[in-house]
Amino acid sequence: MIVNLSRRGLLGGLAGGGLVLGIGLPRVEAQQAGFGADGMPNGWRDDPRLFIAIAEDGIVTVTCHRQEMGQGVRTSIPMVVAEELEADWSKVRVTQADGDEGRFGNQDTDGSRSLRHFFMPMRRAGAAARTMLEAAAAKQWGVPVAEVRAANHQVLHEKSGRALGYGALAKAAADMPVPDRATVRLKDPANFRLIGKEGTELLDNRDITTGKAIYGIDARVEGMFYAVVARPPVFGGKVTSFDAAETMKVPGVVKVVAIDPPAIPSEFQPLGGIAVIARNTWAAMQGRDKLKISWDDGPHAVYSSDTYRAQLQEAARKPGKVVRTAGDVDRAMAGAAKRVEAEYYIPHLAQTPLEPPAALVRIAGGRCEAWACTQAPQATRTRLAQRLNIPEDKVTVHVTLLGGGFGRKSKPDFVLEAGLCSQAMDGAPVKMTWTREDDLHHGYYHTVSVERIEAGLDAAGKPVAWLHRSVAPTIGSIFAPDPKHELPVELGMGLVNTPFPLPNIRIENPEAQAHARIGWFRSVSNIPHAFAIQSFVAELAHAAGKDPKDYLLELIGAPRVVDPTTLGDVWNHGEDPKRYPIDTGRLRRVIETAAGGIGWGRAMPQGSGLGIAGHYSFVSYVAAAIEVKLGSRGELSFPRVDIAIDCGPQVNPERIRSQMEGAVVMGTGLALSAEISFKDGRVQQNNFDAYELTRIDTAPREIHVHLLPSRDYNQPLGGVGEPGVPPIAPAIANAIFAASGKRIRQLPIRDQVTT
Amino acid sequence: MTTLTINGTERRFEGDPDMPLLWFLRDELGLTGTKFGCGQALCGACTVHVDGNAVRACQTPVSAIDGAKVTTIEGLSPDGEHPVQVAWRGLNVAQCGYCQTGQIMQAAALLKDIPDPSDDDIDTAMSGNLCRCGTYPRIRAAIKQAAKGGRP
Repeated sequence: MIVNLSRRGLLGGLAGGGLVLGIGLPRVEAQQAGFGADGMPNGWRDDPRLFIAIAEDGIVTVTCHRQEMGQGVRTSIPMVVAEELEADWSKVRVTQADGDEGRFGNQDTDGSRSLRHFFMPMRRAGAAARTMLEAAAAKQWGVPVAEVRAANHQVLHEKSGRALGYGALAKAAADMPVPDRATVRLKDPANFRLIGKEGTELLDNRDITTGKAIYGIDARVEGMFYAVVARPPVFGGKVTSFDAAETMKVPGVVKVVAIDPPAIPSEFQPLGGIAVIARNTWAAMQGRDKLKISWDDGPHAVYSSDTYRAQLQEAARKPGKVVRTAGDVDRAMAGAAKRVEAEYYIPHLAQTPLEPPAALVRIAGGRCEAWACTQAPQATRTRLAQRLNIPEDKVTVHVTLLGGGFGRKSKPDFVLEAGLCSQAMDGAPVKMTWTREDDLHHGYYHTVSVERIEAGLDAAGKPVAWLHRSVAPTIGSIFAPDPKHELPVELGMGLVNTPFPLPNIRIENPEAQAHARIGWFRSVSNIPHAFAIQSFVAELAHAAGKDPKDYLLELIGAPRVVDPTTLGDVWNHGEDPKRYPIDTGRLRRVIETAAGGIGWGRAMPQGSGLGIAGHYSFVSYVAAAIEVKLGSRGELSFPRVDIAIDCGPQVNPERIRSQMEGAVVMGTGLALSAEISFKDGRVQQNNFDAYELTRIDTAPREIHVHLLPSRDYNQPLGGVGEPGVPPIAPAIANAIFAASGKRIRQLPIRDQVTT
Repeated sequence: MTTLTINGTERRFEGDPDMPLLWFLRDELGLTGTKFGCGQALCGACTVHVDGNAVRACQTPVSAIDGAKVTTIEGLSPDGEHPVQVAWRGLNVAQCGYCQTGQIMQAAALLKDIPDPSDDDIDTAMSGNLCRCGTYPRIRAAIKQAAKGGRP
């Protein structure tokens, strides 16, 4: 049957709603689940036959259609399925789905939403498979199905004491009808054995610890070649001429191929340049070093971070596009007892997954096959088909493990480069590898922002007027002629939807032009918005002479539930944002928990201080309380961090904890040392010596993660991968102020405390 | 020609003498457990043991270690039961896992030299190994657990 899988298209009356072939089941809208990917392209599937295979030896293999990049989804999706399936966890394996959204539903792994969107479909798939096993056993025994039940990898008939294992039933169960999703019986969460429980070992653990785990860069097939590309040093530049004579003399180099520059906006297309194809990666790199290329740098050679920052500041000091307004800010500001203003600068960042972009592609018999570390396998497939002019049904994208993603690997430009090289080699397999320099120089960078906030306080120190101007080039600039304004998805990342009950508030978004590819970076625009707002709240507390934690809680106000659309937040992955009300009580609770954990208010020695920040993002509430200690020369260390998250109901608490630990470390790195800067259109950082990440000796030594419990599985599952990052930098800045009186308004901090 | 013993097997190399060991392992021998992260000895993802010492394979030309015994993650333990590997699994250290083979090789070398390392010893030995996912707290805990045999 044919179903329209774009509710947005249907309801909004937009063109391009997208018809795809369904899988033969009647489609029930996801309202029954409450939350789901029904707003995303290709929606969701819950047919057990797509996701669950049971072998005659009883081994259950779950097909994971979401991409693994460290968040643990290849363990948590199987946990959800195994729970409802009543499977023995020791007999559960995982396999990775190819990129095929027509078959599996939405596969873009971004937005910290895999479990929010697929918890219910995966539960239903597991429950449906369990029902089919029960039906098969009942049929074999000739007893009513109501008399049998599944438990621990077998179906039991207690009356007669009979039992049949899943392996023995697998074949017969496959012939049973798939139950109707509307009536399939789901477990009472009170009886969960795996979901929400501790102690689950990662399914990929053994492969990872023995070097057998395969990432995109590790893919190998017979007869493969290896390639690197010399790309235009400035975004939008192109090759004017090149000489590869010396390159071709490098032993092992077999071919040099020009890749056309993209039309702008360039979306996911390669940047163009000269590819060097060789018999090993080293020869390809040596050959690339010997290329003589003349470049036309194009219009963005003017891009220099120093002058651009001044432009952003200038824009932030003038009125801009109003994106949210309530009350009369100008009047309230004029009548305020005290005015406070501050400007914050947050630079470009690079995701730098430790595995750089890499992919293997071959084309044979009219079919293209790719192995890639991609967060977006369907987008990869579609773009490969278009760019290589091969029908999409003849393009297969195998997804490997991702050695980190953080948003970089949502963009398959590197896979397309591999495809173009393979095509130039008459279809021979070619592995494309980006060096670290390539990754830093040719990325999709986290935006660069100036956030300017001005508040008017009344005599009691309470804000009566609030004016926030956020200026940052937008991700939209890679998809359309530069819109110069933040998209709804960016505005809704802690800018417009900060739930302070302020009587007079105006939020503006002046123009900013993009001069580089702007892309998602873990937590995206929540990083600058949270840094500015959570720093500014502490500045206001200081101005009001109040404790910053108490002041923050006062500003949030009494616990209440806020409809995000009343704050101007209009987007949540195609779903109605009203589905995801903001509960300020939960925000208060994580702040109180983090504060309690670190012992907020305790006497601190000279040169030490505590800072706190709380932020709502990706449907989760996170607060971090951080202890900073200044050394004799102002050097920073972090004896203790307490981070509290309320993500609603949990699937794998151990992975939630690990994501919070990692977020603290990544947040520390972007606060302290990470910056991508441009000069004459060129990125100034070449490798990890200049683009400095947190190392074990600079990371916080003690990280205490507090998971706020929720057993209400009717609530949405909040995100886990991203929400931990935004509060870290402001909590550090606030702790530095407490320790030293120095207010940090510019990231990274580097030596600002010492100078 | 260069001859190396890699994970107990003798291997001959006749290519570019400047080729780093990393690419010989990965591209020629298919030992992809040793990872490429930076190419400049800045991240430690390519850490292997050369004659028992932890080195960065990306900055070690094959010709510079003629006759050496090289151990990669694939050869650290025949059954994957080296105490460091056991501890790594027991504490679910890995997130994406990409850097962890280098971390494990570095940690195994540390424990050979200092069987019961202090926090400072761990900082010194491990600060050359980047983890972008931020698994450092668990790496530290796993090294301490491995020092006690690998199991809690």
